[in-house]
Amino acid sequence: MDPGAALALSGLTVLVPAGEHRPFYPSPGQETVQVATFAMDATPVTHAEVLAFVRDQPQWQRGRVKRLFADERYLSSWAGPTDLGTLDPLAPATELSWHAARAFCQAQGGDLPTVHQWEHAADATADAPTGARQDPATLSLILDWYGRGDTPPGPVAQGAPNLHGLYDTHGLIWEWTLDFNSLLIASDAREGGDQDRMRFCGAGAISAIDPADYASFMRFAFRSSLKADSTTRDLGFRCAYPLSP
Amino acid sequence: MLPSPRIFLSVVLLSACQGEPASPEGADPAKSVVSKGSSGADQGPPQGEPVRAILTQAPAVPPPTGRNAPAKVIVELEVREVVKPISEGVDYTFWTFGGDVPGSFIRIRQGDTVEFHLQNHPSSKMPHNIDLHAVTGPGGGAASSFTAPGHESQFTFKALNAGLYVYHCATAPVGMHVANGMYGLILVEPPEGLPPVDREYYVMQGDFYTVGKYREKGLQPFDMQKAIEENATYVVFNGAEGALVGDKALQANVGETVRLYIGNGGPNLVSSFHVIGEIFDKVYYEGGSKTQENVQTTLVPAGGSAIVEYKVEAPGTYVLVDHSLFRAFNKGALGMMKVDGGDALEIYSGKEVDSVYLADKAEPGAGQAVAQASAELAQGSVTLASQVAAGQALYAGTCSTCHQADGKGLEGIFPPLAGSDFLNADPLRAAGIVLTGLNGPVTVNGKEYNSVMPPMSQLNDDEVANILTYVYSQWGNQGHVVTADQVAKVRASAAMPQGAAH
Ligand code: HEC
Ligand SMILES: [Cu+2]
Repeated sequence: MDPGAALALSGLTVLVPAGEHRPFYPSPGQETVQVATFAMDATPVTHAEVLAFVRDQPQWQRGRVKRLFADERYLSSWAGPTDLGTLDPLAPATELSWHAARAFCQAQGGDLPTVHQWEHAADATADAPTGARQDPATLSLILDWYGRGDTPPGPVAQGAPNLHGLYDTHGLIWEWTLDFNSLLIASDAREGGDQDRMRFCGAGAISAIDPADYASFMRFAFRSSLKADSTTRDLGFRCAYPLSP
Repeated sequence: MLPSPRIFLSVVLLSACQGEPASPEGADPAKSVVSKGSSGADQGPPQGEPVRAILTQAPAVPPPTGRNAPAKVIVELEVREVVKPISEGVDYTFWTFGGDVPGSFIRIRQGDTVEFHLQNHPSSKMPHNIDLHAVTGPGGGAASSFTAPGHESQFTFKALNAGLYVYHCATAPVGMHVANGMYGLILVEPPEGLPPVDREYYVMQGDFYTVGKYREKGLQPFDMQKAIEENATYVVFNGAEGALVGDKALQANVGETVRLYIGNGGPNLVSSFHVIGEIFDKVYYEGGSKTQENVQTTLVPAGGSAIVEYKVEAPGTYVLVDHSLFRAFNKGALGMMKVDGGDALEIYSGKEVDSVYLADKAEPGAGQAVAQASAELAQGSVTLASQVAAGQALYAGTCSTCHQADGKGLEGIFPPLAGSDFLNADPLRAAGIVLTGLNGPVTVNGKEYNSVMPPMSQLNDDEVANILTYVYSQWGNQGHVVTADQVAKVRASAAMPQGAAH
């Protein structure tokens, strides 16, 4: 482990160049979407950064946060509202709700990345802007990760970055996206009796572009299980920033 | 480029069928329309105080509900992602309902209203849900129970149909959740209950796909490609090789009637479930209401079940297998039931006649060599050459299928006899192994084997002596001569298992 890398890289942002993105679940008649150039945190946001944030904005401290904005597990691994206890300050911050993650990013002048932005950025391999989704090495990274069992995530930036200079896009934590629940809109209208929805028997496999892309399935399944107040031990985030204000 | 199947919707959902109209509180089970053929499906509203379902881990089965009216039953099932051995020295990250594979056994009565709580442990990395085949309704509960790590979902259903049903996780990628062990059984008793039996057990088969090959040690990750190719690394009962072997074998006594609740989680393979040495008196095939009698092997579909019943008549060890036999011998699909009690010789005699039958494995003229050795022995003494010649023929007919004609065995499966330190250390122990078999870990030339050698109790004392003398004379072994007298002593002191040879 190299805490120096974590220290040097957390808080840095990198540029993600514009590109055509092929969504895993495309819209009808629209196989690709155009993603404009944007900036993004090089690593997931760390405990240390969130600590500074909640000191600055106490309404996001454990115990003070509105119940509407975060469930009971919010920052529950911390020793106190402003005390990390034994947590590694350079490990990714988890147990934050979507509301809290957003507030953090907005305080930095950014926001959470959209699903398209995140997926586009994370589809880069070490040397190409796309292809991680078809890359057996990326898949095995993810499978290894869940296979490691009940261990909290270690410090950020311990592996190699992808082409854009992004670390830990796969295999350390899950990450929040701005429109994580865009896939769930239909569930609010469940009584509508939409016959087409039944085509998703088979657990989403029918409409996905690549039924063998298990890593994407897992990511999309994970996102769709969340609500905006959800916090889980393996869910963190990083921020995205528009290029011109 | 990727293949691009037709796209149906702009909005995508990830757990199984999402058209479910129920909200947890909104369901009114009493109003359910009975559209099924099952007799008296809707038994009316639940009566009495709600009861908490007793959940058990395989091979245990909860006691009969003993109720003659429908009740409200509360089921709390916790999903956990746990690392456990799938074979000796091989670990795997299982995703479980209740901490074990298969998931906890749930037992309810037809007409019961079930309030189901699915809890996903905070340490889980994945969201999970449950699709119970006992549920009538879209997705079998899957959409209503989709649960993020550290959360709990609740939904309610009415059990309209009696039968033995599989439940499983239906979160995308669903095959992977099932391949990691997310399945179990729920028994919906008919209103009159099932006929009483002496023993009930829960056995569920599943296929597993690991990056490392069969029995390769260490923590083995899931191999997606092997799963897609349906090329299983392990096929096991109750979540691990050996889960029903040795002191974990199922138990019964002579004269008892045994009922097995058999499930098959898959995700891919269909099971040809068979108990070596038993005939199922009764099979509720596919876990339904009709029974078939006198069945040797019953097919258990992936995502399906069967209930089998049989009376055990003779003592001994009965081996449970998937009769797709390479799964039993090379992938782990093997369990045991130990039946205790007095001999029942009128039903199973044990060995009555013993004559040499060497069939095609034996060398031409083999019978002659064996006869020569016996004749010499009958005269009082046998020469080493005759012993070796007879032993060679018998070895070819009896041992070579496993230990190979050159005595080198098969790495990881059958230990070598050629140059075996274990063999050479103790000729009397070797005789004991031939007579009573060998079960459990053994280290041969520094490599561990953990398997089962069946007893070869059909061999006479002089045959065992000749085989071993031959083996000791070959392949760099240490030349011990084993006599029939020595074998007889070993046989006298060894407890001979009954009926174990198939
Ligand atoms: C059905 C396959 C099978 C047959 C047939 C078989 N064995 Fe084995 N044998 C095994 C297995 C498997 C083991 C290892 C058992 C364990 O690890 O618990 C073994 C172990 C042994 C061992 C101790 C380990 C070693 O390599 O020294 C000896 C000795 C042995 N067998 C001798 C024989 C002889 C002699 C015969 C023929 C009479 C025979 N076996 C027939 C499967 C077989
Ligand atoms: Cu699951």
